[in-house]
Parts: sequence; C-alpha cells; structure tokens
Amino acid sequence: MSGFLTLIKRDIRLALREGGAVATALGFYLIVVAIMPLGLGPDLKLLGRIAPGVLWVALLLSALLSLDRIFMNDFEDGSLEIMALGPLPLELVVVAKSLAHWITTGIPLALAAPVLGLLLNLDGGAYGVLVLTTLIGTLGVSFIGAIGAALTLGLGRGGLLLSLLILPLYVPILIFGVSSIMSVITGPSTFAASFMILSAISLAAVVLTPWAAGAALRMQFR
Amino acid sequence: MRLSTDKLACVRGGRVIFSDLSFEVRGGESLVLLGRNGAGKTSLLRVLAGYLQPSDGRILFDGGDPEADLGEMCHFVGHQNGVKLHFSVEENLQFWAQYLSVGLSAEEEKARIERALDGFGLTDLVDMPAGFLSAGQKRRLCLARLLVAERPLWLLDEPTVSLDTASQSYVSTAVNDHVRGGGMVIAATHIELGLKAARVLELGAHAYGGREYGADYGSGERRN
Repeated sequence: MSGFLTLIKRDIRLALREGGAVATALGFYLIVVAIMPLGLGPDLKLLGRIAPGVLWVALLLSALLSLDRIFMNDFEDGSLEIMALGPLPLELVVVAKSLAHWITTGIPLALAAPVLGLLLNLDGGAYGVLVLTTLIGTLGVSFIGAIGAALTLGLGRGGLLLSLLILPLYVPILIFGVSSIMSVITGPSTFAASFMILSAISLAAVVLTPWAAGAALRMQFR
Repeated sequence: MRLSTDKLACVRGGRVIFSDLSFEVRGGESLVLLGRNGAGKTSLLRVLAGYLQPSDGRILFDGGDPEADLGEMCHFVGHQNGVKLHFSVEENLQFWAQYLSVGLSAEEEKARIERALDGFGLTDLVDMPAGFLSAGQKRRLCLARLLVAERPLWLLDEPTVSLDTASQSYVSTAVNDHVRGGGMVIAATHIELGLKAARVLELGAHAYGGREYGADYGSGERRN
C-alpha cells in the first residue's frame, strides 16, 4: 500500500511543479464555455436550457487534452519501465496514476464548472448537482482515458487517435451526467436514477479499466 | 542464489536475435555481455527483466523470495535514466527508495539515500533540481537508484554512457561491492568496467547475417 500512496503523492507533486497541463485543461474549459454565449447571442432562456450540455461537453474535451499526461512523461524518461519492476502490479500503477490524474485535473475542472455555470445562466438549483455529477463523472473520465493513454503511448503524436478511441466511450458519462442535472431543472426523470447510473459507470471504470490499461502498458514495453 | 537460462531464444521483427542461449550466473559473480551493435545485448537484458517474452526457452532463478517474480528481484538500468527533471536529486532518490522497497523505515531510507549519494559523488548536488544537472550527473543519479533499494540482480545496459573516466570508477566500485556482497551483475558494455572475476558472454552470431549457429553459447564463456 505504501508504494501506492507514494506514487499518488509523487504524481500530484509533479503535476503541481510542471503546472502546464492542469492550467491548459482549466484554461481550455474556461475559454470554450466563455465564448459560447458570444456565439449564441444573449438569449438567457436558451443559454440556461443548454447550459448542462455545454458544461459537460466542454469538460470532456478539456479532460481529453490532459489525458496523454497520465503515462507519457514517465514513459519517455524511462520511469514507467522501472515502476514495472516495483512491488506494485502494473494494474495498481494504473490505478494510482489515474487517481492522481483525477485529483489534479478532474477535481479542478469539477470545481470550475459552477463558476462557468454562472456565465451560461444555469438554473439556481442545479449548482450542487452540477458539482456532484462532474466530480463523480470525471473519475470515470480519468480511468477510461487511461486505456487510451496507454494504447497510444508509443505513437508519438497519438493525440487524435486518443480522441477517436476514447470520446465514444465517454458518451454514457455525458448522457447520464447531463440528464441528472436536467432532472433537477426540468424533470421529468428523477435525479436518483440518472445519478446512480452515472456513478455505476464511473465505479465500474475504476475496477475494470486498470486491467486493460495494464495490458496495454505491458505491450508498450516490448 | 543462481540465475540460469535454458535454451533461451528471442525473435524480434521476424528476425532471430539470439537462440539456444544457455548460461548461468551465481551469487557473487558477474557476467559481461559483449557483441556488436544489434547483437542482442539489450534484448537479452530486457528478456531477463521480463519486458520481453522469450520466444523459446526458460529463465530459472533459485533463491531469494519465492513469492516475487524475477522483475522484483532485479534492478534494470536501460538507455533512459528515469530521472524527473522537476524533482531535486534527493527527491528523485527518495521516491525510488520508497517505491521500490516495501516497509522501509524512515531512518533506513535516509541511510540508504546518503549511501547512494556518497557512492556516486552526488552529495554536493543534493538540493539541485535534476533539470540543471549535466548528462553525466543525470546518469549518476540514475545509477544511484541501484543503491537505494536492495535487489540481488543488477541488469545494466551500457551503464557508463556519458560518464567520464572519474565517474566510471563510481560504477565499478558499486558493481564490485555488490558482487562481493553476494549479488549478481549482468552488464552489457563496450568499455572495461574494472570488474573483478567477470565472465564474458559473446553474443552476435545471428546479427551477422542470421547464420544458424545452433551452438551452446554458454560454452563460449571465458574468464576475463
């Protein structure tokens, strides 16, 4: 267990020192959401109606920008290879690194979401739900993204391929994330149903994706 | 402790890199791999570390923790340093010390890091961010990893790359100490490491045009 926590702490510290990736994701999120009202015009009703969808789509795209950071740096400087020789199985290395990605990218994005909700005239009662769903949703985003990050490691410029591979897998998160916010604003579905499915998707991703990503990493070492 | 291979073979990209490779290294022995570029030195080390699957043959390891697989028994120093440029020299070593060994006490960790810094002449650079180090200093920091976690088998792939003659002596001291303490070292290198009582394994028949040798390379070992 100690190696697991050590790895998470190290990744968080590295993300803070390197800075760039977290700031890029947050900056991209801010810009995409901020220019949306400029393009759509000052119709507050319209903005309020599409706010949950816009916030979620922009969040997924921003998260996508930072995904390759999960393994890329450690792969390029050889650290990942050495980690494979540690007492931690490669699957747990994936879990630790995905968790660190969630903490350094997912949580900041989720906390930025309500601020950006103001720009889009999001309904007053939806802010708590927005934070809750984006927090749990980004957990799934980080873990599912780890598969793509591991698969595209050796390709150099795998950014486009990563998006093509991973975005379709984000669709369920997007649908249930938006629908749980919508259920609070307009109904008719209940919040609990959508939110529980969203949570189930994220938690299933935590359990299942490390196996796939671990296998992909082993392939990269060859 | 004993590491042996039985008719090991490796095929990469449809070409036989080596085959029928049998050799044995016991605790307190070192083996130097020689051979031209492309002779399969790196491939052999990567097969031993478990990164590559051998296409044929077996690797046997007697002694040590029966629960652990060979990867957890060995240090692998490859072409890349595994050094984080945003961490200081000490933070780099601290991470590997904590990550590579289970249940290390704080004092023991400190003692090991000090020994590693001392062993590779990095004591003066302890607070320096690794990004400011020269190529040779980075390589020494990478090699200092060998001393922060105890592993019986060291697999070294050109460990002295970008090291000057003075720094190479750190490597030979560390390697000789490890061997004297009962450890095993398998090193691919083209320069004299100053290894005492090292055996030499020549690789490379296949690299010169893929001749089928079929011979037992182990019998080609000779005393250095």
